[in-house]
Amino acid sequence: MRVKLSLIALCLVMVAMLAACGGEEEKAEKADQKADVETGEIAAPATPLVLGVAGAHSGDLASYGLPSVNAAKLVVKKINAAGGINGAMVEVVAQDDQCKPELATNAATKMLSDGVKIVLGHICSGATKAALPIYLDGKIVLMSPSATNPPLTQSGEYPNFFRTIAPDDAQAALEVAFVKSLGLKKIAVIHDKGDYGKGFASFCQQFIEAEEGVEVVLFEGVTPGAVDYSAVVQKIKSAEADAVIFGGYHPEASKIVTGLRKKDINIPFLSDDGVKDDTFIKVAGKYADGVYATGPMDFSSNPIYQEAVAAHKAEFGSDPGPFFPEAYSAALALLKAVEYAGSTDYDKVIDALHTQYVDTAVGKIRFDAKGDAEGVGFAIYQVKDGKYMEVK
Amino acid sequence: MEYFLELFMGGLTRGSIYALIALGYTMVYGIIELINFAHGEIYMIGAFTGLIVAGLLTMYGFPGVSILAIAIVCAVIWSAAYGYTIEKVAYKPLRGAPRLSPLISAIGMSIFLQNYVMLAQTSDFLPFPELIPEFAFMDKMGSIISSAELVIILATTASCVGLTLFIKFTKLGKAMRATAQNRKMAMLVGINVDMVISATFVIGSSLAAVGGVLIASHIGQINYYIGFIAGIKAFTAAVLGGIGSIPGAMLGALVLGLTEAFATGYVSSDYEDVFAFLLLVLILIFRPSGIMGREKTQKV
Repeated sequence: MRVKLSLIALCLVMVAMLAACGGEEEKAEKADQKADVETGEIAAPATPLVLGVAGAHSGDLASYGLPSVNAAKLVVKKINAAGGINGAMVEVVAQDDQCKPELATNAATKMLSDGVKIVLGHICSGATKAALPIYLDGKIVLMSPSATNPPLTQSGEYPNFFRTIAPDDAQAALEVAFVKSLGLKKIAVIHDKGDYGKGFASFCQQFIEAEEGVEVVLFEGVTPGAVDYSAVVQKIKSAEADAVIFGGYHPEASKIVTGLRKKDINIPFLSDDGVKDDTFIKVAGKYADGVYATGPMDFSSNPIYQEAVAAHKAEFGSDPGPFFPEAYSAALALLKAVEYAGSTDYDKVIDALHTQYVDTAVGKIRFDAKGDAEGVGFAIYQVKDGKYMEVK
Repeated sequence: MEYFLELFMGGLTRGSIYALIALGYTMVYGIIELINFAHGEIYMIGAFTGLIVAGLLTMYGFPGVSILAIAIVCAVIWSAAYGYTIEKVAYKPLRGAPRLSPLISAIGMSIFLQNYVMLAQTSDFLPFPELIPEFAFMDKMGSIISSAELVIILATTASCVGLTLFIKFTKLGKAMRATAQNRKMAMLVGINVDMVISATFVIGSSLAAVGGVLIASHIGQINYYIGFIAGIKAFTAAVLGGIGSIPGAMLGALVLGLTEAFATGYVSSDYEDVFAFLLLVLILIFRPSGIMGREKTQKV
């Protein structure tokens, strides 16, 4: 009796699974059809053009992701006021990934099933890496304002990926050159074991080893979220390092800086654009003073940048957050490429991004063969009196 | 030698924090054989209460040490209220249910509390003021142990001693031991078992709240997620020492903290968690009931 019952149950489960799969296939087909309609009929002004925005819109890294949503809204508002793209109005659809790879793939699948053709995002390298294969299969063009992991473009695997920020190796090269110019010799390189932090730290290590007169005395990862980092702090001290380079985000950076300063270890602390964020200064408080961080170049003299910031203040009543100019530029570049291509046709849009210069908040840019924006780069900043100031 | 001492003190500090949280796990398990997965969140709520109270007191210009004392007292009261309520809402209605049900309820409570604090406060990291003052006479020792670490270790020692005496010598402590031994028999001899269980939750939550305020003030930042990792580590410590045993939880926490500190110091901080959990696996293989756990056949 029992065996029979379980067999029946098994059959029911299998039938249910088949039904579920069938349903999904149908849905996918429908989405395809919808997408075809969108790409085929350029002249139909009724179909709005959707600009997807994916990234961390909640969770502890939301301060990096939310500025890109605001940027996209501002660009779209401006473009719609001028009549839209090829006669179609543009609308923004946001998907939250909290910078978590597993949520990023959900966001990508959602974009795919909604028939979105161009996406601004994702924010974190790890999440971007996880979601990229889905976008590639779905022929969606992706442009990130902040994912700086080098292989994303340099591996050549993702012709659909672009970014308006320079990759980490450029950042690491600048940082190492700067460390050398300060006359520091023994460097402790610490990272957070993540794609982004460890990638940056490895490049630093590689560049330091290639240089004469500087050496890496410690190369280690810390566990994000651990109760305290006192053991790592002791290790930095006993390695007699002249400086610390940290690859990762601001929560860990502020804990390590606080730990170092509390033990009276006042060596320079250098970090990356994951730490060049005002939240870092707020959390680390007085211990943040003197910390160096690389971040995207300052484009505040660029008229489009000034206009974007003014629009942000008018619309949201506050100063824009990190990666705002990059996100604003990415939204502009994507929409202008669609305009130039005349449709959201995958190949045409990609071709337009590679060949056409576009005026953005980070300067007049186009994208090289791998997808990196030409002409954008990094600068070094230092915390002085509770603010990041560019080191000239 | 100095390096060893520094690591030892760091490990001791970390172990102390684990101990304060682990006591809550082990006491609750000892009494009702439930793993209260929402306990890490109580620690987090304690830290948040401390932050809010400290902020208010600073605004009204209270002197340093009194802020620490009042913040801890408020955090203890508030967290104890949370512990009491959680037990009444999420576990008591399930007391006769199969053992899996309260466990799932605990996990649900943990996720609920995390999201509740995230929405009510913020998902960002918040700076936590340094409430523990620097002692002047610590100057020479400063590189080996900071005053904050010393305060944490002393506070934990005091709490553990106090708890042990409480369990040993008070009437309520006796009732708790009786309930842990056999709940039905305890009920038959006239012990108010519901009250004992509530008291267990209140005491465990209070200790976690003390830990929350102290560690937040030591590392200087909090967010809604800190309870998860601290909770997992403290739970590990409780299992390591033998879950259900109070001295076991303290010992397990210290062993775990020191293992992590030495693994970081002498091998690499990449392997901090690897060594911590390797230790757990080894202990469970060779002493399935933990370092100080009692041998008893268990149904899971």
